[in-house]
Amino acid sequence: MTMNNNKKYRDILLETVDKKYRKRMFVNKLVTIFTIICVIAAIVPLTSILIEVVKNGISAISYDFLTQPQGSIGSGSGGIAPAIQGTFIVVGLAAAIGTPVGLLTGIYLSEFAQEGKFSNSVRFFNDVLTGLPSIVIGIVGYVLIVLALGSFSVLAGALSLSIIMIPIVVRVTEETLKVVPYSLREAGHSLGLSKAKITLFIVLPAAKDGILTGIVVAISRIAGETAPLIMTILGTSLFFTGITGPVDALPLRIWRLASQPYESAHAFGWGSALVLILMILALSMGLRLLVQKRSLRPVT
Amino acid sequence: MVGLVAFSVAKGSTDIFSKEGFNFITQSNWDAVEGRESFGAFPYIIGTLLSAGIAMLIGVPISLGIAIFISEIAPPRIGTPLAFLSELLAAVPSIIYGLWALFVFRFWVRDLVEKPLYDAFHVFPIFDKTPFGLDIFTAGVVLAIMIIPIVSSICREVMKVVPHSQREAAYSLGATRWETVRMAVFPYVKSGLVGASMLGLGRAVGETILVTMIIGNVIGPNAIPTSVFSQGQTLASLIANEFNEASSDLHLSALIALGAILLVLTMGINIAARIMVKKKVKVQSGAKSQ
Repeated sequence: MTMNNNKKYRDILLETVDKKYRKRMFVNKLVTIFTIICVIAAIVPLTSILIEVVKNGISAISYDFLTQPQGSIGSGSGGIAPAIQGTFIVVGLAAAIGTPVGLLTGIYLSEFAQEGKFSNSVRFFNDVLTGLPSIVIGIVGYVLIVLALGSFSVLAGALSLSIIMIPIVVRVTEETLKVVPYSLREAGHSLGLSKAKITLFIVLPAAKDGILTGIVVAISRIAGETAPLIMTILGTSLFFTGITGPVDALPLRIWRLASQPYESAHAFGWGSALVLILMILALSMGLRLLVQKRSLRPVT
Repeated sequence: MVGLVAFSVAKGSTDIFSKEGFNFITQSNWDAVEGRESFGAFPYIIGTLLSAGIAMLIGVPISLGIAIFISEIAPPRIGTPLAFLSELLAAVPSIIYGLWALFVFRFWVRDLVEKPLYDAFHVFPIFDKTPFGLDIFTAGVVLAIMIIPIVSSICREVMKVVPHSQREAAYSLGATRWETVRMAVFPYVKSGLVGASMLGLGRAVGETILVTMIIGNVIGPNAIPTSVFSQGQTLASLIANEFNEASSDLHLSALIALGAILLVLTMGINIAARIMVKKKVKVQSGAKSQ
């Protein structure tokens, strides 16, 4: 009798355990499927963007497109050469301002600063600066430079973009330098080198690749910025006239072209988008090659 | 430098605040015609919050799903290229998202999502507006697509700091993979994940050009959205739209004041987010030193 009862209880128990187990497995499977759907949901737009840009862009690109200024509006003639030139000038200038400032601040924070209120607040404000919307930074360029000089200018654009770039470079420089093992610095100290020399000849070379990556990431980020350019460089259909004059840039040109009602303008927009993506891609590919080639070489 | 930013924004916006005072934030007229100038930022604050809210609603669960898939489920053979791909997506400039959204994606949204929603639910006011494709909903969806790579890669970073022993402990108790994630990983990184989403929110709130291209750009009292399919306007998109055509100093000052509101909004979000992410990292480094 007891034997029988025990058996019955065991069966019931097994059944419930089995039911629970199956439910848990089911939930597990459900979540796995959900995550896979998420991944697919993210990949579809990406492929669509790339396909559309290449498909629509490639037919717009020609020799004239890359070397001529824009023809009359709606005619679909001419090209985007001033925008390409302008992007190189504005981004180049912004990088020329932003790289040294960002680099030095990063080096200072990691190597020279005493841990304390000052360095922490620099770090904090740097983080805040990273999160500011680019259009707000454009306002800075406008108020400080455009209003002061009385005209939209390359300088204002470059300054705004460098303000976007600096916090990224600071962050990456500091993080990379922090990863350099302390023993390297100690080796320098034991040779009696000064702190400046240690930083310059030991720590920086060790962190070169990481910092370079950070700078390139920052440059590709600012190369695609549009909003601050609206209020600083204005955008023209003419070539570069001087550092205090307005100039054109690719993202800005794409925006203007997209808001025109002509098919030919839209085609130009896609073409400009392709040029912009290729420029950014070339930048990061170039970096990858550079970094990889160097790390292949044995460390002597 | 933050001081510089605050200074220039404050300097530019004093005019309008001295004229409209606090009403600037609460009223909804937007009239730049000389003689009857009147500016109010209320509809654009709403538009900003609504579009960013939709973006979060769609973007955060998907980002989380991707992060879980890459860091917990997928073998490295699949996970690594996926991670690389999402970095790539993060490098695409927002103007290109905008172009694609304007010429391609908005028709998908209109035909595949908005129309069915409208047909099924138009008795509810939030869906009651003939969908057009250029509206707050589309803007929210595209913003979601834009923030997914960023949010998911931060989530992944955060989940990486969970010690393996945590997961192993859960597995050794017989937990399934989902139970491990839910019981061993999530509690450990909760505030980090919240921080990651808030960084995404900061991006969505401040995004300009993409939103300008697809949100419909209406001004004045009409810009207060009555449904998610209304055309709207955000703080940033209005600045981008009118900055070059500002007719008077007061108009310009009003636009800069929009920037000031945006500045305060994003700064608040970001600071909160940083504090949350930092807290997590601190706990982690404490654990390491033991």
